[in-house]
Amino acid sequence: MGAVDSGRLRPSHTFPAHVLAEIHRAADEGVYEIRGFGTKRPLPGFDDLVFLGASMSRYPLEGYRERCDTGVTLGTRFASKPVHLKIPITIAGMSFGALGANAKEAIGRACTAMGTSSTTGDGGMTEEERQSSETLVYQVLPSRYGMNPDDLRRSDAIEIVVGQGAKPGGGGVLLGQKITERVARMRDLPEGIDQRSACRHPDWTGPDDLAIKIQELREITGWEKPIYVKIGASRPTYDAALAVKAGADVIVLDGMQGGTAATQDVFIENVGIPTLPALRQAVEALQALDVHREVQLIVSGGIRSGADVAKALALGADAVSIGSAAMVALGCNKAVHVEDYQAIGTEPGYCHHCHTGRCPVGVTTQDPELEARLRPEQGARWLRNYLTAMVLELQTIARANGKSHVLNLEPEDLAALTVEAAAMAGIPLAGTDWIPGRG
Amino acid sequence: MNTVDLAATGVRELNRRLRHASDDPSALSWLVTNPKGAHAIAAGLTRPVRIQIDGHVGYYCAGMNQAAAVTIDGHCGTGVAENIMSGLVRVRGNASQSAGASGHGGLLVIEGNAGPRCGISMKGVDIVVGGKAGHMSGFMAQSGNLVVCGDAGHDLGDSVYEAVIYVGGSPASLGADCVEKDMTPKHRSRLRGLLSRAGIEIDPERFRRFGSARKLYHFHVDHADAY
Ligand SMILES: Cc1cc2nc3c(=O)[nH]c(=O)nc-3n(C[C@H](O)[C@H](O)[C@H](O)COP(=O)(O)O)c2cc1C
Ligand code: SF4
Repeated sequence: MGAVDSGRLRPSHTFPAHVLAEIHRAADEGVYEIRGFGTKRPLPGFDDLVFLGASMSRYPLEGYRERCDTGVTLGTRFASKPVHLKIPITIAGMSFGALGANAKEAIGRACTAMGTSSTTGDGGMTEEERQSSETLVYQVLPSRYGMNPDDLRRSDAIEIVVGQGAKPGGGGVLLGQKITERVARMRDLPEGIDQRSACRHPDWTGPDDLAIKIQELREITGWEKPIYVKIGASRPTYDAALAVKAGADVIVLDGMQGGTAATQDVFIENVGIPTLPALRQAVEALQALDVHREVQLIVSGGIRSGADVAKALALGADAVSIGSAAMVALGCNKAVHVEDYQAIGTEPGYCHHCHTGRCPVGVTTQDPELEARLRPEQGARWLRNYLTAMVLELQTIARANGKSHVLNLEPEDLAALTVEAAAMAGIPLAGTDWIPGRG
Repeated sequence: MNTVDLAATGVRELNRRLRHASDDPSALSWLVTNPKGAHAIAAGLTRPVRIQIDGHVGYYCAGMNQAAAVTIDGHCGTGVAENIMSGLVRVRGNASQSAGASGHGGLLVIEGNAGPRCGISMKGVDIVVGGKAGHMSGFMAQSGNLVVCGDAGHDLGDSVYEAVIYVGGSPASLGADCVEKDMTPKHRSRLRGLLSRAGIEIDPERFRRFGSARKLYHFHVDHADAY
């Protein structure tokens, strides 16, 4: 037998290598794939938009010399103690259990240094994160793991989680290998079991009930705390309007690119809509009710840079939230401890193995040895540097568009590079005044 | 005894007063009249006050209760004593759905019937229902005890974890992974204790015990039809 002519090896477009491998895996195991991280398929996103910059008709501001403010206030509608942030970039809810305690602490410290908020997650509030975070948002999730009125009162804002972009309509999953003694105790679960948390709240369904739930939470916390409602991007036009009707102070909208610690791959890749169209639809819903800026909008799902933040704000968000990118700043997918990536069947740059609990860089693990690889001080420094760089990028873009506050960025500052992005974001295709679907 | 007439004073003012009730013995006992189905009455209490509510209440009465003893002399809406941490909540009438949802501790007594999903997601609370309980009661119940003196509806204890369910009548059907277990002398004596704390007189010998088969604790291809 001679050597095979490589030119004759034509891969199937319908069955590329990763599809073949998945079918082989499913045939072996008989169960769907569960994994971490966010979508891997290409989707229309912020990269498909550009800023126009200043010109004859718009004056730019001088970098470094002329101020470009970044502060935002969230929860001005009904709460007596709104949250004031120095930067419009917050850290999204990531559970203790999914993340290790060191990662949680690093996030809290970095947020405190930057004057922004961090968020608890499905699993309750840890003492470390309350101590390290000046502004902490407490999630009320369907599972109600660790739900505690004392923690509710010592939070700075409350986030009722209806859904997540990675799995709108799905509940949490934490595989047995991550349910250590401490995690089990916080969640009232037996150690080591595969935990499937609920996808609906145990005591309310629908917007009318949600209004009463919000009233109860306000009664319990003396009407002080801003109440956020977090929705996965599925029908943002209706969901944003219903959240407003239910009495939310803030809406958190998480697009399909949003990260997760463990979800069925089929869910991550096939349910929900991307952040770009979801954001436009939510902003339009708020505008139609005349509450845009009165009910603040936080957007997440695939935000990686100051440019992404600037585009989200220009489309009408009041702030953004990041999960995956914060993990990456803490070392996720970094090319260190390569043999440990290989041990869990992956390589740096491809890892989505948070569900295994064997995170090679100590971010999403409860294993003491692995966790020790992420020192909270070091992690806090990385995340702080990354957030600082993002803010500088954001200000650079805002100044170039003549804005003295980043919230002054507007849709008119943008152009779309693809027909899809133009249609989804409602932004004219570059070089035209054409927005598909609008004549 | 302090009396608050909800026809004249709103829930917000009532809850504010209850939260700030001082250690003065005269501030420890309250009567609430004219509740008329209002929501979140006596939610979020943190002190060992005694409250009697004369009439029917809406959603989330005594929600997240800590230490207080709340008696509802009427029926109640969804989620009575939801996420209760400690103390005692007693409903003299019937309770709507999701009574005691995700309760972490304390005791909830429903002298009448409970609606669907009673004790859903419970995490340590003890719940005693004098009458019947609706479908899906004890759904995903994690820990604590659910006692139903009458019959239980369909899918009792679906996906139950380590909570223990006692039924004096019979369940219409059991949910996924819920099975009948032996009523050992230890369980019989625990049940007797629960009934006596609840002040409900019924013969413990009538009861059967249900709990988790623990087959859904790990994903397994051969249990796929239960997922
Ligand atoms: C490790 C990890 C754990 C998460 N845990 C939660 C959670 O407990 N509750 C929740 O609402 N969202 C959770 N999320 C989703 C984030 O809150 C957020 O919606 C998402 O990460 C934003 O998208 P991005 O990852 O593209 O920035 C988690 C995400 C990750 C990556
Ligand atoms: S490196 Fe760690 S945090 Fe990043 S994807 Fe892999 S397991 Fe998850």
